[in-house]
Amino acid sequence: MATLLDFRRRIRSVKNTQQITRAMKFVAAARLRRAQEAAIAARPYAKELARMLRSIMSRIAEPQHPLLARRPEERILTLVLTGERGLAGAFNANILRKALDFFRANKGKKISAIPVGKKGRDALRKAGFNLIAEYVNVLARVDFGTAREIAALVTDLYAKEEIDSVYIVFSEFKTVMTSNLVVTKLLPIEAVQADEESSAERATSQIDYIYEQPADQLLDKLLPRYVETQVLRAMLESSAAEHGARMTAMESATKNAGDVIDALTLHMNKVRQAAITKEIIEIVSGASYGA
Amino acid sequence: MMPDAIELVIVTPEKQLLRQKVADVQMPGENGYLGILPGHAPLMTELGIGELSYHESGGKEPAHIAIIRGFAEVLPDRVTILAETAERAEEIDLQRAKDALARAQKRLAANDPNIDWDRASVALQRALVRVQVGTKRRSALVSGS
Repeated sequence: MATLLDFRRRIRSVKNTQQITRAMKFVAAARLRRAQEAAIAARPYAKELARMLRSIMSRIAEPQHPLLARRPEERILTLVLTGERGLAGAFNANILRKALDFFRANKGKKISAIPVGKKGRDALRKAGFNLIAEYVNVLARVDFGTAREIAALVTDLYAKEEIDSVYIVFSEFKTVMTSNLVVTKLLPIEAVQADEESSAERATSQIDYIYEQPADQLLDKLLPRYVETQVLRAMLESSAAEHGARMTAMESATKNAGDVIDALTLHMNKVRQAAITKEIIEIVSGASYGA
Repeated sequence: MMPDAIELVIVTPEKQLLRQKVADVQMPGENGYLGILPGHAPLMTELGIGELSYHESGGKEPAHIAIIRGFAEVLPDRVTILAETAERAEEIDLQRAKDALARAQKRLAANDPNIDWDRASVALQRALVRVQVGTKRRSALVSGS
């Protein structure tokens, strides 16, 4: 039977764990705030760029560009955005499951992947997928340079017709508790997402612009930028979602540790009481025997 | 009706740098500098590496911003700048910019056939603009005080 000392030790150990999980929760909360701010700060650029792009595309009758070219999907490249580290609940597992589901749904086609984040790299490599490149230790501080590098790599492969489409699997940040797993098509660019087209925009879409450069040349420059911002957005969302997931996981871990401590304390007190009772009985019966 | 001010919006992938009513804008177009006044005809252009300056409505001293590539959309009452990087004069670390300039000059002067010439000359231009814009701020400070 466990003695009092054993209980004390276990309680102390659980308390230590709880301190660690609590600290991790606070760290995740701080990082989440930063990630959210970064995601919000990146929005105006993406919005204005999409608006410009739509406005140009609507003016060119038949936009021709390698990044718009559609081919039968035979060779699919997938960007898989996971976290760099574990202890984030089911965050990484969910993304990887989604990615594997996607691969399974496209059985028979040639599939390659680019993992972003250490967890995804490890898992995909272990599963024996064809990894074209890998980006690890880039999500701690998401910067535009990395997004740009990734975008340049995939657009280059696509333009060289080495792949027929590019998808991106990531976790979209909704709230701290929930995130959406999404699989979206990055290339070919199908339609530039029109998020809430304002009346001002509809008004400007009728205007005849003077172009300093020919419109298709502008389009040439704008499309790769658009892919970059899409990658950047996914990275920012994913990092916010990761921190959110870690915060929730660590919060429930802290709570669980509290429950365990309570249960252990209750047990310990029972054992202590039993020991005292036993001692009293011994003394009493010893005393009556002696009398 | 002629608008009497332009709303200048400068955004970079990382953040929105500026949203302000201004009286005029000079910006580095790909094919040369463009001066924009209120009521300008709608225009779209690519931006090169250079210095953007503007006067606040009623302001005398122009403000300077170093712009490195991007796009601009001009409407009669609005100018939207999508820059790859944009830095206000006061945000530029002049010493670092000067160091970068010296490095770029050295690399180009070395006449090494192995260097990526385009990249090196872009680095040089970039450093030049940052130094140029950074210096403007300093001199404005001195003359202002």
